[in-house]
Amino acid sequence: MNDIALTRRHLLTALAATAVLPSAAFAATSPAAAEAMVNKMVAEVQKAINSGQSEARMIKDFEALFKRYADVPTIARFSLGVAARSASSSELKAYTSAFTGYFSRKYGRRFNEFKGGTVQVVRARADKKVTVVDAVAKVPGHSDVKVEFHVSDGSGSDKVFNVIIEGINMLTTERTEVGALLDKSGGSISKLTQTLKNT
Amino acid sequence: MQHVRKWSAIARRHVIKALVLPVFLAGCATSGPEGSAVDDPYENVNRKVHEFNKDFDTVLFRPFSQAYGVLPRYLRTRVNNFRANLELPGDIVNDALQAKPEDFGHNLFRFLVNTTVGVFGIFDAAGSWGMERRSTDFGETLYVWGVEEGAYVEVPFFGPYTQRSLTGEVVDLFLNPLTFVGLTPPENYVPPTTYVLEKSDYRYEFSSTVDEVLYDSADSYLQTRQIYLDTRRFELGDTPDDGGVIDPYEELFSE
Repeated sequence: MNDIALTRRHLLTALAATAVLPSAAFAATSPAAAEAMVNKMVAEVQKAINSGQSEARMIKDFEALFKRYADVPTIARFSLGVAARSASSSELKAYTSAFTGYFSRKYGRRFNEFKGGTVQVVRARADKKVTVVDAVAKVPGHSDVKVEFHVSDGSGSDKVFNVIIEGINMLTTERTEVGALLDKSGGSISKLTQTLKNT
Repeated sequence: MQHVRKWSAIARRHVIKALVLPVFLAGCATSGPEGSAVDDPYENVNRKVHEFNKDFDTVLFRPFSQAYGVLPRYLRTRVNNFRANLELPGDIVNDALQAKPEDFGHNLFRFLVNTTVGVFGIFDAAGSWGMERRSTDFGETLYVWGVEEGAYVEVPFFGPYTQRSLTGEVVDLFLNPLTFVGLTPPENYVPPTTYVLEKSDYRYEFSSTVDEVLYDSADSYLQTRQIYLDTRRFELGDTPDDGGVIDPYEELFSE
């Protein structure tokens, strides 16, 4: 079984999700601002993970952090792919709201696996239009995991819009998943929105 | 300094390519885009194999790994260490073939220390002294030599590969000097058994993640392919020109 590789990274996707978060306090994404924002987000996520609360509570917490630190509309829209261009604004709005719930449940459920884990920011660097914050996740009993948080102020304030865990790209992974769900819904965005609500 | 190192690496890669590549190209897949692109001409067959592998996981591999996971992690880690030590001679040969003297020395040291102080590799003594595990394989050697990634393939029982990584896995069997140490039963069962146990330990440790990918995703074939390729390219440092950075703002609003 070659599942190992697969396993380890996807695990990280979960962690990544954990990571999807910045604050609105900075106007332009300088590396220093991005780093401060990621640090703040990571501290809040760790607090939520280690609070020992129920899964339902954890998912709620995660959803709040996701909305605060991540550019949810952009992530949702990118995940929908080209179909987003033909969607009406009300369809897009309903889809984005359903996507937020789906995303929070999917990753919030995995919080427990990272109990006792820490994320250390290594450095922040400017990469063309986006700012990349490099970090290392340390989970007891496992080898270190490289995590990248991609930050942009494209939404009007600094937000995380992508997380890369050991090379696994959250945006493309979600585009693959949402694309497959859309196919199953016969290309109908409203059916897809229903499916996401129940996933 | 950075530039010098980079250029010498490029130069080295090209020299090696010119010398050795033609021999291998004949045997290896040479087509296939890199970066975020996916080359999957055998998707129909791959999907059938994927379903077979999922059934194999459901019926045998997953239950077996859950049973194995009952053993204390301490013991499972000893098995993993022993297995990693068996693979080290192969890693060392590949480090040489990749012309990476530092990794070569690193892994040679690890093998000497762990085989002796670490009692046949059961304890990762070198690792606890800060000489961390740096595994490699012949698939990486082929990458260093400039061989293309080839198509994506799913292999029954063994899971996802690229043609290049699959070729590497087969060649690695012959590259490891330990392969040629004559073993008689029951010792000859040690290498395959430790192989299976190591894989089972991963399946157990990352159980909920693997379960989610295989059983909860809308299209587990596509998710597996995506995650495997992302992971493998990351291990190799085979990132596209844009560094793998997606700018969704550009894509969303300026098309």
